Amino acid sequence: MAYLQPPVWIIRPQRAWWDIGLSELWTYRELLYFLVWRDIKIRYKQTVVGAGWAVLQPLATMALFTLFFGRLARLPSEGVPYPVFFYAGLLPWTYFASSLAAATNSTVEHERIITKVYFPRLFLPLAGVLGSLLDLGIASLLLFALLPVYGIVPGVRLATLPLFVALAMVTAFGVGLWLSALNALYRDVRYAVPFLIQLWLFASPVAYSTSLVPEPWRWAYGLNPMAGVVEGFRWALTGRGAGPGVALAVSVLAVLVVVVGGLLYFRKVEATMADMV
Amino acid sequence: MDAVAIRAEGLGKRYRIGERERYLALRDTLVRWARAPLRALRGRTHENGSIWALKDVSFEVAEGEAVGIIGRNGAGKTTLLKILARITKPTEGHAEVRGRVGSLLEVGTGFHPELTGRENVFLSGAILGMSRREIQRRFDEIVEFAGVERFIDTPLKRYSTGMQTRLAFAVAAHLEPDILLVDEVLAVGDIEFQRKCLGKMQEVSEKGGRTVLFVSHQMNQIRRLCRRVLWLEAGGIVETGPTPHVTAAYERAMTSGNDPRNEHREFAPNAKARFLGWEITEPRGPEPHILTELAPTTIKFRVWAQADLGPCHHGIVLYDTEGRRVWGWATDRLPVPAGASTFVYRFPMLPLRPGFYSWLVTLFDETGRLDSWHVVPDLLIATDDHQHPRDEWSGILNLPATFEVVAARRAASDAQSR
Repeated sequence: MAYLQPPVWIIRPQRAWWDIGLSELWTYRELLYFLVWRDIKIRYKQTVVGAGWAVLQPLATMALFTLFFGRLARLPSEGVPYPVFFYAGLLPWTYFASSLAAATNSTVEHERIITKVYFPRLFLPLAGVLGSLLDLGIASLLLFALLPVYGIVPGVRLATLPLFVALAMVTAFGVGLWLSALNALYRDVRYAVPFLIQLWLFASPVAYSTSLVPEPWRWAYGLNPMAGVVEGFRWALTGRGAGPGVALAVSVLAVLVVVVGGLLYFRKVEATMADMV
Repeated sequence: MDAVAIRAEGLGKRYRIGERERYLALRDTLVRWARAPLRALRGRTHENGSIWALKDVSFEVAEGEAVGIIGRNGAGKTTLLKILARITKPTEGHAEVRGRVGSLLEVGTGFHPELTGRENVFLSGAILGMSRREIQRRFDEIVEFAGVERFIDTPLKRYSTGMQTRLAFAVAAHLEPDILLVDEVLAVGDIEFQRKCLGKMQEVSEKGGRTVLFVSHQMNQIRRLCRRVLWLEAGGIVETGPTPHVTAAYERAMTSGNDPRNEHREFAPNAKARFLGWEITEPRGPEPHILTELAPTTIKFRVWAQADLGPCHHGIVLYDTEGRRVWGWATDRLPVPAGASTFVYRFPMLPLRPGFYSWLVTLFDETGRLDSWHVVPDLLIATDDHQHPRDEWSGILNLPATFEVVAARRAASDAQSR
């Protein structure tokens, strides 16, 4: 047992509501690694295409969007070729959607180990969010192959891309904290989440451009952090569209509120999770 | 007393009834909110409709001690382990635990069927609390213990159940926490492998000097592994003390009276003869199937025969709980009269290790077998134990020997004075 738990610990009914036990997360860090490793290992076991699925999904959606929203509906894309425009939006969105789903289901999926062994349960949604990063990486490869085809050379702005990935990750994690905790208590969540993700897709500028949103409402649009993420992705890759501004600041603030609240709520549920899940 | 590894004070755990059986539907909560918004806000659940799985449990376990936890199903044994393992929080009371805790509440925690044996060893080891380096160091040992060397890179789902169990155990057996909490996991797996695991656990607790809390329904395992036993019933401690004493008391309580199994066999109309029941008539104990004294013992089997039977063959065997034959005997050319009769056995004493035993009685005539009965209920020997207090140093026989040291000089002087 190499986890250096404190030599003495006290088991009590309650712990302070603000105590989220960060030091404990550090002592258990190796387990997080294993949980992510396992998620990745089993994701494409016994599939023919394997990790190709990570590319196929956004690629097929891109083709559909290009056909319907681009060629037929002729939505504005700020001069960016439709395939690049949609794919650049779908990348962060697909990552967000799959990690939110993974995080939400993490508690119910790991019911067995939750009820049989102790570890910081916070790792479950966290592993869900981290495991999906690999798919994002694989899907990005296609994007970087696509850019030169359309003659787009990303500038120094590309360096900001990881920040937008981080924002998407933290958003998925924050919302995932709430939903995974709720899912442990109420199985309704399982049915509501696919629907929620679908609605969220339309509330984010994936299939359309933010320029469709009236200027005075842009800041409010920022309350949806994924708007900032998707827009930021396009901006970092193509240099077109709105750069970081007030809306993004609103997004970051909104995410912070969601994550802090999620951490506290998750910790509260964690105490009885083994009895309820 | 040695250093204390676990100190529990007034531990209690309340469950809402049905909480474990079915998950909440959001609807129910909404309805509760609508009905009593204030109460729902305060987060209090009403007292009724809840059950105390554990109530006011206090005890101490010394460092390096192996303590057994016994009790009927639903007595609160697993809940207690779960609280000590921090899987769930107590509703009241508190516990102090010194050292790193490993819990083994299930075999194969964290196993995933799609992963290979090798991958599962790492995954399960990590979930149970081992570091990667530790698993690497003990990997070969684990695989050898499980005996799955050839299949270690095959997905777990292709393993037989037995192989999966063995691998799971092997990982668990190589955990090295300061305190090991084990729940009834040795109940699965074949006898041979169970023995191996028990031996491993013994090694961990004795040579490793680790503290072990061990839940089991099998008293022979408890006797072998634990010096002290905690007997739980309905969420509270009934008794705690030395293993032979508490296990005997527990076994007595389990056999007395409400054995759901039928004690008296019905007479089957198409049978030529049948055993109907059995009892100890001497010495008289609290119950007719419990032997409490090392004294001349009379045991009677009641038989019913349809008609006078010619020369019969009657056999009897006494088995212990592990199915070993302790005593066997038979007689031939036995006339059995029509109607009721009694087979009476008189033993000078039954000097057997306290515990459960079972009789097998048979009756044959020239035409073949008339009856073969695995006697119900079991025989419980609850005499004083005259053996080594540690189970692994005691044996099958419980002989009340006397012992003295006789000095040669004094013997010589005795001889002279004579």
